[in-house]
Amino acid sequence: MAHSIPPPRPAGVLPASPGALAELLDEHAYLCDDGLATACFLALRMGRPLFLEGEAGVGKTELAKTLARVLGAPLIRLQCYEGLDASQALYDWDFPRQILHLRAAEAAGATDAARLEGELYDRRFLLARPLLRALETSPSVLLVDEVDRADDEFEAFLLEVLSDFTISVPELGTIRAETPPVVVVTSNRTREVHDALKRRCLYHWLEHPSYDREVAIIRRRLPDAAGRLAGQVARAAAALRAADLLKPPGVAESLDWTEALVALGVRDLDPDAAALTLGAVLKYREDRDRGLAALFDGG
Amino acid sequence: MRDVVETVVGFARTVRAAGGRADPERVQAMLTALDHLDVLDPRDVYWAGRLTLCADPEDLPRYDRCFVAYFSGRTAVPGPRRTPPPVVRTVRVAPPVPDPPSNGDAPADASVTSASGVEVLRHRDVSRLGPDERAEINRLIAVLGASAEPRRSRRLTPASSGRLDPARTVREALRHGGEPAVLRHRAPRTRPRRLVLLVDVSGSMSPYADALLRFAHAAVRAGTAARRVEAFGVGTRLTRVTRELGTRDPDAAMRAVAAAIPDWSGGTRLGEELKEFLDRFGQRGMARGAVVVIASDGWERGDATLLGEQMARLARLAHRVIWANPHKARPGYAPLAAGMAAALPHLSAFTSGHSLAALEELARLIGDPGHA
Repeated sequence: MAHSIPPPRPAGVLPASPGALAELLDEHAYLCDDGLATACFLALRMGRPLFLEGEAGVGKTELAKTLARVLGAPLIRLQCYEGLDASQALYDWDFPRQILHLRAAEAAGATDAARLEGELYDRRFLLARPLLRALETSPSVLLVDEVDRADDEFEAFLLEVLSDFTISVPELGTIRAETPPVVVVTSNRTREVHDALKRRCLYHWLEHPSYDREVAIIRRRLPDAAGRLAGQVARAAAALRAADLLKPPGVAESLDWTEALVALGVRDLDPDAAALTLGAVLKYREDRDRGLAALFDGG
Repeated sequence: MRDVVETVVGFARTVRAAGGRADPERVQAMLTALDHLDVLDPRDVYWAGRLTLCADPEDLPRYDRCFVAYFSGRTAVPGPRRTPPPVVRTVRVAPPVPDPPSNGDAPADASVTSASGVEVLRHRDVSRLGPDERAEINRLIAVLGASAEPRRSRRLTPASSGRLDPARTVREALRHGGEPAVLRHRAPRTRPRRLVLLVDVSGSMSPYADALLRFAHAAVRAGTAARRVEAFGVGTRLTRVTRELGTRDPDAAMRAVAAAIPDWSGGTRLGEELKEFLDRFGQRGMARGAVVVIASDGWERGDATLLGEQMARLARLAHRVIWANPHKARPGYAPLAAGMAAALPHLSAFTSGHSLAALEELARLIGDPGHA
């Protein structure tokens, strides 16, 4: 990215109003509207997780990354997938080291089984996975990405962690976060996430941006793009979204597209340039034909 | 200025009356949110409520309506004014064709139907039942909790062979003084596939829609968080009725469904509705790897090309597609309706679903791919 990145703010200084937070996000090249700014502001102030839903590519993941930069906190990301379980999301015991420890103790002639077990389940043998790492890192931004891809069992773990920011390890006791991390949960709505989880969160539905905002985003993120090109791409993206495609493009695709056009030295979005670069925006063969028709035939 | 708490509670009551989520925990969250914002700024009040009282994009238009209605002051009367319960339409059922008395009088009470009577009823077309017989059949449908075939999950479970299970192996080793003498294993477990039911509720299907929705109700009720079942009503509009079918009592669930479906016994635009299902739910994941059942007579008003295209798309996403057409059981039936002919090449199974026996068959087909 070509924009200049301002130094991170000192941790622990929270913006005073949604507007102030929006300005901070803007400094880090993330443009958001009133609703999203208020949502982020409340998430920081109330210590509640922010549950973001919306079409793919509207900037859900990017928001978490930008928040981490604004707060000067590390971003800890948990990508969800089916079968994700506690040993991959919360913690795991370091089994090879545990076995080594056992063998070493045995070689040294240790015989007290109870003491040996006590040693074995010690914090130093515990591997922190993203959720535990987020509780132990303060401050931090925890991104639970695409929670709808995980299965329901995982939601139960997540609910427990997000409701009181503690993790209980049976062999070790309860681990509590000093300062709860800022949590952003994203979902693409491939399935309904349980209401109990949503109730713990602030819910925000992210829309595709308006034309003006999209132009602003493109110009903010890609200063090399001429203003006219940014406008043409934003207008084309809006037309594609209205064109009944299998996968309408998000802002992420508009940015990719503009970047491709800039890389080719295109100054004006004409049918030839569009046909050459449409692969950056539309990823289905059916969409490609229909998209070109929507852009240039009587449109 | 009115008290903030009173105003918010009154607003929450409005949202709740409109069918929104405004449980006490959420109302508390809205109040906390307002603590951090400017109570006098309508935008702040709007967002404080929207972020806490909504949990679904479908909640948003309702929230907006409630917000305008409540805060424009015209209808804002905080107080114990009860809103009338939503009007409930009863499920429309085609007038029963009077049955020729088979042997003697029909039993006065269906609950005393004899075993052989049930056997006869099992094979009777559900559109030709009297009220008592219908009640009996409904009771039997209610226990038909169809469940889709299993698939391999990515979650692991202890097993006698398979991959090594380090956690259990270390615990075992501890018992043997640190010697990993016994190796423990784990293997992927199986889970049922998702089941998606699309029930045609258009006019031409109305004699069967009630029985098929009851079938869907039994399946949804039998489903758990782990074995998810989704149901939709398809007419001129697509209506997701999974939540409505979650009610335990079948009759209450049917009333809820009837209230939820705006175009009961209207026309069908099967191709467009299927497209909407795939766009909004199916492609995102609901249809992926699922067993999808379409219960419809395949009467397509529009051009059947769209239906054919969408069926091909569905067949690519779903694990199996089963079509239940109650008219299939009629003597001399041939799939001539344009929609049905367009759909046929993309089906894994084509069945009827017009009687209890046929619904039992459908349940078997859903659960067992080998059964054809």
